Amino acid sequence: MSTETRTIEALATQEYKYGFESDVEAETIPRGLSEDVVRRISELKGEPEWLLEWRLKAYRTWLTLEDPDWANIHHDPIDYQDIIYYAAPKRRPAPGSLDEVDPEVRRTFEKLGIPIEEQKALSGVAVDAVFDSVSVATTFRATLEKLGIIFCSFSEAVRTHPDLVRRYLGSVVPYSDNFFAALNSAVFSDGSFCYVPKGVHCPMELSTYFRINARNTGQFERTLIVADEGADVSYLEGCTAPMRDENQLHAAVVELVALDRATIKYSTVQNWYPGDKNGKGGIYNFVTKRGHCRGHDSKITWTQVETGSAITWKYPSCILQGDRSVGEFYSVAVTANYQQADTGTKMIHLGKDTRSTIVSKGISAGHGQNTYRGMVKIGRHAANARNYSQCDSLLIGDRCGAHTFPYIEIKNTSAQMEHEASTSKIGEDQIFYCRQRGLSTEDAVNMIVSGFCKQVFRELPMEFAVEAQKLLGVSLEGSVG
Amino acid sequence: MLEIRNLHARVGDKEILKGIDLRVDAGEVHAVMGPNGSGKSTLAGVLAGRPEYVVTEGSVVYRGRNLLDLQPEERAREGIFLAFQYPVEIPGVNNLYFLKAALNAVRAHRGEPELDAIEFTALVRSKMSLLGMDQELLSRPVNDGFSGGEKKRNEIFQMAVLEPALAILDETDSGLDIDALKVVAGGVNALRSPDRAAVVVTHYQRLLNYIVPDQVHVLSDGRIVRSGGRGLALELEEKGYGWLAGAEDNEPARDSRLEARA
Ligand SMILES: Nc1ncnc2c1ncn2[C@@H]1O[C@H](COP(=O)(O)OP(=O)(O)OP(=O)(O)O)[C@@H](O)[C@H]1O
Ligand SMILES: [Mg+2]
Repeated sequence: MSTETRTIEALATQEYKYGFESDVEAETIPRGLSEDVVRRISELKGEPEWLLEWRLKAYRTWLTLEDPDWANIHHDPIDYQDIIYYAAPKRRPAPGSLDEVDPEVRRTFEKLGIPIEEQKALSGVAVDAVFDSVSVATTFRATLEKLGIIFCSFSEAVRTHPDLVRRYLGSVVPYSDNFFAALNSAVFSDGSFCYVPKGVHCPMELSTYFRINARNTGQFERTLIVADEGADVSYLEGCTAPMRDENQLHAAVVELVALDRATIKYSTVQNWYPGDKNGKGGIYNFVTKRGHCRGHDSKITWTQVETGSAITWKYPSCILQGDRSVGEFYSVAVTANYQQADTGTKMIHLGKDTRSTIVSKGISAGHGQNTYRGMVKIGRHAANARNYSQCDSLLIGDRCGAHTFPYIEIKNTSAQMEHEASTSKIGEDQIFYCRQRGLSTEDAVNMIVSGFCKQVFRELPMEFAVEAQKLLGVSLEGSVG
Repeated sequence: MLEIRNLHARVGDKEILKGIDLRVDAGEVHAVMGPNGSGKSTLAGVLAGRPEYVVTEGSVVYRGRNLLDLQPEERAREGIFLAFQYPVEIPGVNNLYFLKAALNAVRAHRGEPELDAIEFTALVRSKMSLLGMDQELLSRPVNDGFSGGEKKRNEIFQMAVLEPALAILDETDSGLDIDALKVVAGGVNALRSPDRAAVVVTHYQRLLNYIVPDQVHVLSDGRIVRSGGRGLALELEEKGYGWLAGAEDNEPARDSRLEARA
């Protein structure tokens, strides 16, 4: 291999910057999973009976399910009895007060650039900070409450708005949906909840920042976002974890509900620890994300930048039930070193005149394996449905792989489908051309990668575009737009 | 400005340059001609630092420095510009954005401040009108889907903006219509000055009607087999390379490509 390729690969496989570990005293339960563990989690959280019942049903369903094996990923079997299902910092604040947040937890988030004190926060972004299994702080609640917007940890929502939680929990992703969704439903420990009432435009970005810290634990959070008629909200999610040799499991569920004319924009910058250069360690990220455009003229947009995790298995999807509803999926997935990603989306058209857009950009470097798996389904009654799909792969070096599996199922002949796909490689001739014009190899790679991703980056809210740019080591300036 | 001594270079196991000596002084334009496969692009590539070429012997001194010690981007920042025989496409990267980054890299190296958007736009405008460059091409990704001639024009446009000290043009005239040929020549001539130089690789003496060279060199099988004045190019056109001692290639320079493009 030439030196050029080696430098390109070195750039694409930079060190993980968020791998530090915080010394926080944690309250954990013993390893392993059983009905007792499920009960114990529910009890620790002081949950009502109906939620415990729901968890138990999920647990019993999970016992009957098997690990999915259809994805293009390879790993040793996961020992579900070797995982700790609950870990929480010992010092916990009363809801709404930040004074009692463990200073070490607070420092952790500061180090990550996520201040959990409002006066230090990015203006216009409210944050729910989740540390291991629990939410430790939610900012700007008072501002939001004036508009009737509920934004709090999932546990708190269960206490303060049980009716809303009960109405919508599992209504988009039922506990029986798949192996990991069932597991999550049985043992989920916290997450974020958001409700935007009728006609309310949420004036700031809402965001959840997930941090795994404790050893040998899994993180199982749930996010539930409901936008009532005519409401709109933009939601951001970020995540990191320490560098560890063993793999850690993250199995989250996100449910979005958009009623008539509501709009939800959900953006993710996923940067879990990807493992080391030789593929040791890293997070197994098995996530179920689904949005339901329940009302007419509603719209759900998923934007994701997936740079972390040893394994990523996720397919943020939209059920387009309301007439004229719109689903969008914009994705950049990066696999370097020995990372594997099997990701994509499902667009399920049920209502009339529904539209969906899929833009997927996969970047593979090192030994990375990147798979796009997408499904577009047009139901019998979905007259005049339209879909546009575009899947592009960019290869850096010659030991990585890109794979595309588009599935299409059409039961209404009025559907219009458009599909484009491309695979390209950052060529040494491109790098040399850039260098001959005075640019360093690093700048050249950044420029090409950023050009490749810009269709997706421009969908991200500003703060996240900046984060995503930093993550890819990419200078976006000027190349966007 | 540029002094090449006994330069040998290979790619893989194949020796391509077999002892080149060439001296280009500031203010001069040198033409390099020679049959296909004789090593003209290799010479240009070695000067620009193309990684697959390995120099096995000889030296190249550029403005008093050992050129072969410098990385390709350092050479570029030191004022060496190569107009590629086959310009490379970079999808997704805007042409002007690319050029701005290149210009600012060169300026930073010289300790000059970066041009801001307004200054850069003004510079681009002036060069555009000088070269009759199409606005639409500039707003597209670098060379992406450009026609052969458009790519060549873009090379010259970049050269005009970057104002290199030593411009190396590798068959920039090939595939150009007569108007474009004049544009290319105009671009090179506009840069002519006592402290700049150019090496122009071409198959056609026609270009040399517009860019009048100080010297003409004929490369054959990795060596310069003849050097002379402007007249040498005319003679070559008439007689082909065959008459030159040491030239193995008997193809006449007036080949069918020339007829087709004239
Ligand atoms: N990367 C490479 N790998 C193998 N052979 C090469 C490579 N680059 C050049 N060569 C060989 O070296 C010789 C010289 O090539 P070069 O491109 O320098 O010729 P040229 O004089 O520019 O020809 P033309 O007039 O056709 O452009 C040719 O035989 C060519 O096949
Ligand atoms: Mg050539």
